[in-house]
Amino acid sequence: MTKILAVDDSASMRQMVSFTLQGAGYEVVEACDGQDALNKARQNQVDLVLSDVNMPVMDGITLIKNLRTLPNYKFTPILMLTTESAADKKGEGKAAGATGWIVKPFNPDQLLNTIKKVLG
Amino acid sequence: MSIDLSQFHQVFFEESFEGLETMESSLLDLDCDSVDSETINAIFRAAHSIKGSSSTFGFTPVAEFTHVLETLLDQVRQGTRKLMPDHVDLLLQSVDCLRGMLTALQSGSALDVAQSHDLIARFNAILSGQAAQPSSVETVTASVQPATAAKPAGAVDAMTWAIRFIPDINILRTGNEPVRMFRELAELGSMKVTALTDKLPDLGQLSPENCYLGWDIELITLESRQKIEEIFEWVADESDITITAQASADTLVPLDVPEPEPAAESVVVPDVVDEKPTKAVERRAEPAAEQAKAAESTSIRVSIEKIDTLVNLVGELVITQSMLGQLGNEFDMSKLLRLQEGLAQLEHNTRELQENVMRIRMLPISFTFSRFPRMIRDLSRQLGKKVELKLSGEQTELDKTVLEKIGDPLVHLVRNALDHGLETPEQRKAAGKPETGLITLHAYHQGGNIMIEIRDDGRGLNREKIRAKAIANKLIGENDPLSDDQIQDLIFQPGFSTAEQVTDVSGRGVGMDVVRRNINELNGSIDVRSVEGEGSTFTIRLPLTLAILDGQLVQVGEQVYIIPLVSIVESLQPRLSLVNRVAGGCDVFRLRNEVHSHYSAVRNFCHHTRNQQLEKSLLVVVETGTSKVALVVDELLGQQQVVIKSMEANYQKVAGVSGATILGDGTVSLILDITDIVQMAGVHQQHKNGLKLVSSRVGAG
Repeated sequence: MTKILAVDDSASMRQMVSFTLQGAGYEVVEACDGQDALNKARQNQVDLVLSDVNMPVMDGITLIKNLRTLPNYKFTPILMLTTESAADKKGEGKAAGATGWIVKPFNPDQLLNTIKKVLG
Repeated sequence: MSIDLSQFHQVFFEESFEGLETMESSLLDLDCDSVDSETINAIFRAAHSIKGSSSTFGFTPVAEFTHVLETLLDQVRQGTRKLMPDHVDLLLQSVDCLRGMLTALQSGSALDVAQSHDLIARFNAILSGQAAQPSSVETVTASVQPATAAKPAGAVDAMTWAIRFIPDINILRTGNEPVRMFRELAELGSMKVTALTDKLPDLGQLSPENCYLGWDIELITLESRQKIEEIFEWVADESDITITAQASADTLVPLDVPEPEPAAESVVVPDVVDEKPTKAVERRAEPAAEQAKAAESTSIRVSIEKIDTLVNLVGELVITQSMLGQLGNEFDMSKLLRLQEGLAQLEHNTRELQENVMRIRMLPISFTFSRFPRMIRDLSRQLGKKVELKLSGEQTELDKTVLEKIGDPLVHLVRNALDHGLETPEQRKAAGKPETGLITLHAYHQGGNIMIEIRDDGRGLNREKIRAKAIANKLIGENDPLSDDQIQDLIFQPGFSTAEQVTDVSGRGVGMDVVRRNINELNGSIDVRSVEGEGSTFTIRLPLTLAILDGQLVQVGEQVYIIPLVSIVESLQPRLSLVNRVAGGCDVFRLRNEVHSHYSAVRNFCHHTRNQQLEKSLLVVVETGTSKVALVVDELLGQQQVVIKSMEANYQKVAGVSGATILGDGTVSLILDITDIVQMAGVHQQHKNGLKLVSSRVGAG
């Protein structure tokens, strides 16, 4: 089963993402900040990471940088969940190794369509 | 796949309210002259989160409002704007406004956007005032416009596109697969791909992690240029991509010529995306009533450790149960000792499980305390007083229900302390005190109770004034001898207020009697100690939980009643010589020179103690506040924790009874409501010409 790591400090966003993904048959691991995500990524080999950018403890950009240093996550797709106002974050995220981004607000269908494309 | 987003609303509201609290407390911590980066980041993050989620869940007015807020915060965070005290005020007002908007949305009532629009205008004035760079969004939208100005929806001629795609050598390291893009392109129409292999190094130098290839793609499609660009969106910046229109099947339209079309249309998001949010909005609008109902049910966040402890405890319980089960299957008297041990273990497990389940409902009192710094800040400005607020023991945990209900009484007490308790800076100076007054909120455990102290170092209670007022209000007679404690206690009497003039701050028609009543309803108590000129301390005592009570079982006739252990002062066997029947048929007894009325439970509940003679009965002395009453009972049984079942929910309210419980043998036992009973004794007394005062006289004599 395809495993997805969903990282967001907002519980409602996390719930919405998890619910959507689980409904589409994906297995979801949730994390509430970058550090939590890094720990969970080490414990579970996931096939895709969806990460918020602005988070306490460790932000999304730092998370992506850290993930790319792990041998298991060299090529794993990592998508940032960002708001359109954070346009510069996209560049920063790409430089850190992000695959791409999904712009907030998104609805469940947009999320699933994008994920399907990335996972093939 | 359609998902009803409203199911996430409850969590959204809870986290947003939490976020607003974070914003508020952090804003109060901010020092405009040296902005702490962690604090401003926390505020920014909270605003950002609310913006992101509210836009996702379709609460556009909230999202729009938080957007301007966020823009200002971002500038401060980046150091491009200096934070002014006015900004903090405006941000605090915005927090209030957002809280109002979210509350309205949660309850499903109409949203009043007038205030938010006003605030947005003020933010915009600040943002544009300093001729700061236009907010990033506008820049983005502007620059994106020409790109999105693709073919109008009507033009559906099949086009041939020549696409050259030379990705960055590191493309694979960002998790981007060119194969994925080809797959997506193939969905748009028919295509032919030619690989460009000129950069491919010798096998020896080839690193499998690099991408050396480029591609020429010929795509015939009905879709717009924008659709093609979207596929390469994530890699466009670092790759070399050119997309050129070759030919159209019918008419040759050179694509470089931008079509003249109104700006409004050009920003339209692709159809597929556009359609669904609209549906979502419609869906949300329908079950507004249901949504409002759902919003009422509250949830609680529990730390993982608490849950883990529970899981462990249940594990232990299962082990004990299986041990006992085994013992029961092959039991003989030789195993009696093991059976007893097993039962003792079961009791231990059960008690621990019970304690831990109760702990799930416990929240730190900081949830309630956190509102005070803001309140004190606003009120002290309004009243022109200087105040320092000290909070301690914020981590003391309290049942969620108790916590919610104690909020209002606490607010009242703190307002009172600030308004009536503390003097103005001039008065304080004249009295030789520091100009800045001190209000302390302190929470701690004592026995099985939570204590909350509200202390101020203000003028203290003026006993003469209280006495005069009480006489004027006919609460006491002119010559009644009252102890200092009794005088102070008068402020809790209905209709009593010492403030000479009702102020906007604390004189809202709610008196201290309501505060006491609310606290009594929580099985708690409140009293006051005050030294004139030095200040007052209000002490609130609350039970840890409302669901379980430490009770003393007492036998009265054939019935077993439960008296809450917290209200019992002592139990004793009365000597007849100390009991007097005073005029009017009321009984009083003297206990160490204090005189109390004794109140026989029989009268109220219409059955009799077995012991007709008083000296063979027992007196249980109970108190609330400073009134004491003795209950006549036949026998004291054990003490135990009982689970409170509501009378109102299962039968109806019964005077003098706060609830019922089921005892170990299956019988139902009533839990006495001591406040009620003391009051009933009081009513009785007043009826009989004021026994309390009568008894005082007897005591004095």
